[in-house]
Amino acid sequence: MLKVSNVSKAFNAGTPNEKVVFEDLSLHIRPHDFVTVIGGNGSGKSTLLNLIAGTYAVDKGKVELNGRDITHLKEYERAGFIGRVFQDPLMGTCSDLTIQENLSIAKRKGAKRTLRRGLTESERKEYAKLLEPLGLGLEDRLTAKVGLLSGGQRQALTLLMATLVKPELLLLDEHTAALDPKTARKVLELTQQRVEENQLTTLMITHNMRDALAFGNRLIMMSEGKIILDISGEEKKKATVKDLLDLFEKSNGEINDQMFLS
Amino acid sequence: MTLVLTSALAQGLLWSILAIGIYISYRILNISDLTSESSFTLGAAVTAAALIRNVPPFLAICLSVLAGCCAGYITGFLHTKMRIPSLLAGILTMTGLYSVNLRVMGKANIPLNQVTTILTNLSGLLGFRKDRDAAIILGVIVILIVIVFLVWFLNTEFGFMIVATGINDRMVTANGVNSDRIKTAGLMLANALIALSGSLVSQYNAFADVQMGIGAIVIGLASVIIGEVFLREKSFIIRLFGVVAGSIIYRMIVAFAINSSLVNANDMKLFTAILVALAIYLTDFTRKRGTKRAESK
Ligand SMILES: Nc1ncnc2c1ncn2[C@@H]1O[C@H](COP(=O)(O)OP(=O)(O)OP(=O)(O)O)[C@@H](O)[C@H]1O
Ligand SMILES: [Mg+2]
Repeated sequence: MLKVSNVSKAFNAGTPNEKVVFEDLSLHIRPHDFVTVIGGNGSGKSTLLNLIAGTYAVDKGKVELNGRDITHLKEYERAGFIGRVFQDPLMGTCSDLTIQENLSIAKRKGAKRTLRRGLTESERKEYAKLLEPLGLGLEDRLTAKVGLLSGGQRQALTLLMATLVKPELLLLDEHTAALDPKTARKVLELTQQRVEENQLTTLMITHNMRDALAFGNRLIMMSEGKIILDISGEEKKKATVKDLLDLFEKSNGEINDQMFLS
Repeated sequence: MTLVLTSALAQGLLWSILAIGIYISYRILNISDLTSESSFTLGAAVTAAALIRNVPPFLAICLSVLAGCCAGYITGFLHTKMRIPSLLAGILTMTGLYSVNLRVMGKANIPLNQVTTILTNLSGLLGFRKDRDAAIILGVIVILIVIVFLVWFLNTEFGFMIVATGINDRMVTANGVNSDRIKTAGLMLANALIALSGSLVSQYNAFADVQMGIGAIVIGLASVIIGEVFLREKSFIIRLFGVVAGSIIYRMIVAFAINSSLVNANDMKLFTAILVALAIYLTDFTRKRGTKRAESK
């Protein structure tokens, strides 16, 4: 499915600001895995997603998806089969376009943009039906500009857009972090529902350890560009927040020790 | 006075196509595209060079539009492929095109009062004695065609991407579209319209001059701003007509200011620049767009 093999990445290489994020990182994800990713600030979580999505190019190594080498595909080319939701609710939608126009753009993902109508009558009905189960009342506001929506509504819409054309991989980077707890819960439930309904292979970064344990079938913890924990199935079900916190602290401790020794 | 007003109306109509082009780059694509100054002249230069060689006026206009597309493409290429900031990319194209325009014309000024233009054609056809009347009719026809085209085009799948790119190009990328190509296409469209305007204005003024594009952006912006004062939240088509109205009102203001000796004709550019600066300041022109943009263009 997703195979990240021996990937290295440094920012500002060759300058005094050089920052090596990954050295020889590998990660394999099986079909229909729902992987939650945790780790401290700057541990490389977002960079990993950016390398998979093609926002940044890898320095070394390979990224494969469903047997196809995508290492050298541009971000917009990969976007045809990778769905993505960003942390910033403003990022995934277009404020000056209406809800239905935003959805229509997502609906044509992976297809060539032609001179046909950007939005057809039958689509409108389809979108109303799609939005109804969210319970946010958006189905009655199809012609409202997205700029008028709340952060949570926009994030729910972005999630729908990212999965409207079934992606081979769904990347979520702290997509509920900017929302209030109640809204965050709602968007997470929607996430779960979309993932299950469509059997999506998913990578979800979160800062919330409880969510990381509650969602998905596999959990990885990152520290300093390395995967320091990788649990799935029963092992993940048995893990507690305390286990994670202990490990989290220990990993930082170890690194500090090493830093003292060297 | 009616002479002054009809003349201002004719100028306003023909220049409004420039304003619509500026509207596309500045308001829709969110790019301050300085190419406009030279693509306006380019449109005039190509038309003049063609007309003095007895090319049929309609064909000359088509050539101008094509040339405008090329100018937009060059800026798009510099900006998206060579990663030059859009403002500088426009300046580079503008500077380079100054020489190109001189080459195309062969000299700094070509008079067009002895050649057949689209206006003499139209006057002959409709039996007008004055080119001014033909210019008004022509202006209205061309504006209607342009607006109908734009409303159709921006409602296509491709058009949606142009609008979306101007607001949030990361969203466009995330939906599998190369926003660089969209930006380039948008710049081509804007500069094609601006060159069309230059072509028509030169035929109306009966000359093409290598300097005639100087200040074109500010004039276009003035029209856009005047037109938007009352029509900010209206539909796209209304806003386009607002831009046309803005262009005509701007010409009326200019005509009034010069005729009443309030402003010396030579000071007109300064007057316009101050007007635009104040208007942008007062209407919070760019910030009101509703979207926080990750990077400034
Ligand atoms: N574009 C960039 N240029 C330079 N350095 C960068 C860039 N992006 C990330 N980094 C650096 O790479 C490291 C990893 O950053 P990354 O954003 O992947 O961390 P993260 O795990 O997502 O952290 P957070 O939890 O704060 O989001 C950090 O030290 C960061 O400063
Ligand atoms: Mg991050």
